[in-house]
Amino acid sequence: MLKRRALMASAAALPLTSAIQAAWAATPKDTVVFASQIDDLITFDPGEAYEISAQIIASSIYDRLVRYEAEDMTKLVGGVAESWTVSPDAKTYTFTLRPNQKFESGATVTADDMAFSLQRVVIMNKTPAFLLTQLGWNKDNVKSLITAPDASTLKFTITENFSPSLVLNLMATVAASVVEKKVAMANEANGDLGNTWLKTHSATSGPYRLVSWKANESVTLEANPGYHLGMAKTKRVVVRHVPEPGSQRLLLEKGDIDIALSLQPDQLKALAENKDINIESFPYSGTWYIGLNLADARLKNPKVRLALNYLVDYHGMANTFLKGRFVVHQTFLPIGLSGAIAYDPYKLDIAKAKSLLAEAGYPDGFELRLSTSNSSPEIDIAQSVQQTMGLGGVKVNIVATDRKQMIAEFRARKQMATLLSWTPDYLDPHTNASTFAFNDNDSDDAPHPLAWRCHYFDPAVNAKTTAAVQEIDPLKRKAMYEELQKIITDDGPYILMFQPSNEVASRANVKGYKPGIVEDLYFFRTITKS
Amino acid sequence: MLFSVALTFLGLTCVTFFIGRIIPIDPVLAIVGDKASRATYERVAAEIGVNLPIPVQYWRYLNKVLHADFGVSLITAHPVLEDMTRVFPATMELALLALFVGTVLGVPLGVVAATHRGRWQDHVVRFGSLLGYSMPVFWLGLVGLLLFYARLGWVEGPGRLDVSYDDIVPTVTGLITIDSLIAGESDVFWNALSHLVLPASILGYLSLAYVARMTRSFMLGQLRQEYVLATLAKGLSPFRVVWVHALGNVWVQLVTVIALTFGSLLEGAVLTETVFAWPGLGLYMKNSLFNADLNAVLGGTMVIGVVYIFLNMLSDVIYPLVDPRARSRG
Repeated sequence: MLKRRALMASAAALPLTSAIQAAWAATPKDTVVFASQIDDLITFDPGEAYEISAQIIASSIYDRLVRYEAEDMTKLVGGVAESWTVSPDAKTYTFTLRPNQKFESGATVTADDMAFSLQRVVIMNKTPAFLLTQLGWNKDNVKSLITAPDASTLKFTITENFSPSLVLNLMATVAASVVEKKVAMANEANGDLGNTWLKTHSATSGPYRLVSWKANESVTLEANPGYHLGMAKTKRVVVRHVPEPGSQRLLLEKGDIDIALSLQPDQLKALAENKDINIESFPYSGTWYIGLNLADARLKNPKVRLALNYLVDYHGMANTFLKGRFVVHQTFLPIGLSGAIAYDPYKLDIAKAKSLLAEAGYPDGFELRLSTSNSSPEIDIAQSVQQTMGLGGVKVNIVATDRKQMIAEFRARKQMATLLSWTPDYLDPHTNASTFAFNDNDSDDAPHPLAWRCHYFDPAVNAKTTAAVQEIDPLKRKAMYEELQKIITDDGPYILMFQPSNEVASRANVKGYKPGIVEDLYFFRTITKS
Repeated sequence: MLFSVALTFLGLTCVTFFIGRIIPIDPVLAIVGDKASRATYERVAAEIGVNLPIPVQYWRYLNKVLHADFGVSLITAHPVLEDMTRVFPATMELALLALFVGTVLGVPLGVVAATHRGRWQDHVVRFGSLLGYSMPVFWLGLVGLLLFYARLGWVEGPGRLDVSYDDIVPTVTGLITIDSLIAGESDVFWNALSHLVLPASILGYLSLAYVARMTRSFMLGQLRQEYVLATLAKGLSPFRVVWVHALGNVWVQLVTVIALTFGSLLEGAVLTETVFAWPGLGLYMKNSLFNADLNAVLGGTMVIGVVYIFLNMLSDVIYPLVDPRARSRG
């Protein structure tokens, strides 16, 4: 008796999973489903959003004053504006708006909306505000410097000397998105210009409107029929938060998602054989570098820095564990930005490094503390650097922490060396020059460009950076950035290593996803599904 | 009673708050990002009050909590209470089913192992429990997905619902299976259940491992008692002796074990929730902690605290039901 009962009890232990047969899974035809890690999202207000996921998604929500479009991502064209003129002194810009653009509410886009949108970014002074405040705008002057003389004309004046190409590039960033003034103000709370409401809602004239954002779960967008380039080809876009890349891969293989954004190299490799899946590689504009803190007397010595540059196996890494994802690139302007050059003077050369270290007075090397984040491939790169530097007598101690923790250390200038990547904020060479080269105030309460974080302070380099940003002649300007890059590669406080590419795996029936070279330039509206 | 509950909460918020403030993550940086200007950084720092002395910050927080204001999560931009009503039911749904699996299978297996001590049944149960103890849930989850979702197609994959079933059912309880039944949407119900069954089985297996081992050891203790021998001698069937008399006497201890298992299922589901993209409390707390989002972390801690206190009270209520001695004493 007892035995029979026991048997029955064990029978019940059969996995519960066999009870339910799943139906054939596929995403709906008018919907494209992404899987990504979107736990960095904190807001969709274009005057505040600056997290990677927010930029990727918001660039498909809001239209901007001018833009690079998916059809040709190298050519600046009108967005909200149809045409523009720049005064001879390059201080006053006048834009004529495209007629008949509609917000999701059905209202027509006016110059007043555009002026309001730019003003609120400066007044709210959230993260993206720096893009606009560098033009000399602040909360006191911005209302008089940005005006809308009539419904289709926007006019603004900048107080700084800046090349027009830089100013127009800034007007193509998320900070120059147009939001509907009436809707934002109708939802204003405590004078926040609609900020709290716009964190989780949209008031857009762009390709998609925000339907819902469930934190750590999903974001849903729906095509906006009033968009001036026509309604997006796919009606709905859903971005699902799938933190584990292994799960993303399984979902993609089963067709429960259409595009996976966070796959690791080994997963991509495994998927390469699958004919239902396409893997595409897109150029990306990151710069992977090690920042050396010149507060350390040894690292302040240019010969030591040069030696360290010769103690990294750039090509070895790029040909092995970084293969297909990273190329060696040793200047601070990634290929794709105006002025970028192919100038890669360093390769692993232990003998040369040793003699440089001896000349510098460190024939036996020294200990180098290398901070990095505890994720791949940072940790793999750090280990390779540790190994090759060891061959030259430099003993590297890797300190791997959470990325946020490491950045806090870097910003407080408490690092000795930091392995990190940088992405440009807009498509003008000044974005990287202003951080890798320029530092006009090395005191502790100054802003935080990378040069400052490394205690790199060179008045001559500052002067060259300023001259380049003010140069109106595009050819001369390009030459100035070429010179500046060589100076930083030869003498700067960095070991500049790689430029990554962006690999995206999607279902074979889904085409037309266009990630640009910065997150601010990703396009959902061109995606088609057959 | 009320006093001890209040004291528990005070201690809970205090410890969490101070730990949250000494971890080396800058909450301001988590909000503004690395690229914000110094002015922006300082404005936000002043806004969220991180420059104030920690005791002052704590006092301010307590004051708000007393007015039922748990603050706004820095990360989700929603009031913490609102977030809780969203993430807690997701975890609850998972944990309830897992507990069901763990108890319904774990207790009988434990009993069988005890009655067959040293024989193959015992070895199988003990080995199975050991596996459940020692296999990383993260790995188990991925293997489970690979097998039951990707290869066999028996269950749905990560997430709570397929995209096409999203936003169909109005939220009542937050448990999608229940809500879909209330709304009469059977398609949604089956889809939700199919998404739920694998993560719940895996979590259930882990709790089964614990429940079965504990049941076995409690039962061994009972089976050694003289009354077992006496009832057998009186001619009662062995089945009745084991499953009614002996098991009846271990229920009090088991109730405590099961209650604690449920508590740990709530807080310990972080890895399962990561693998299964399950938007629950574990994932929410992890993300909040890594961003030094103290309002959210404290809110989550409070919820778990409430659950523990509730479970303790529930056990107190259940004891007399399963043990007549507790009834007469009461």
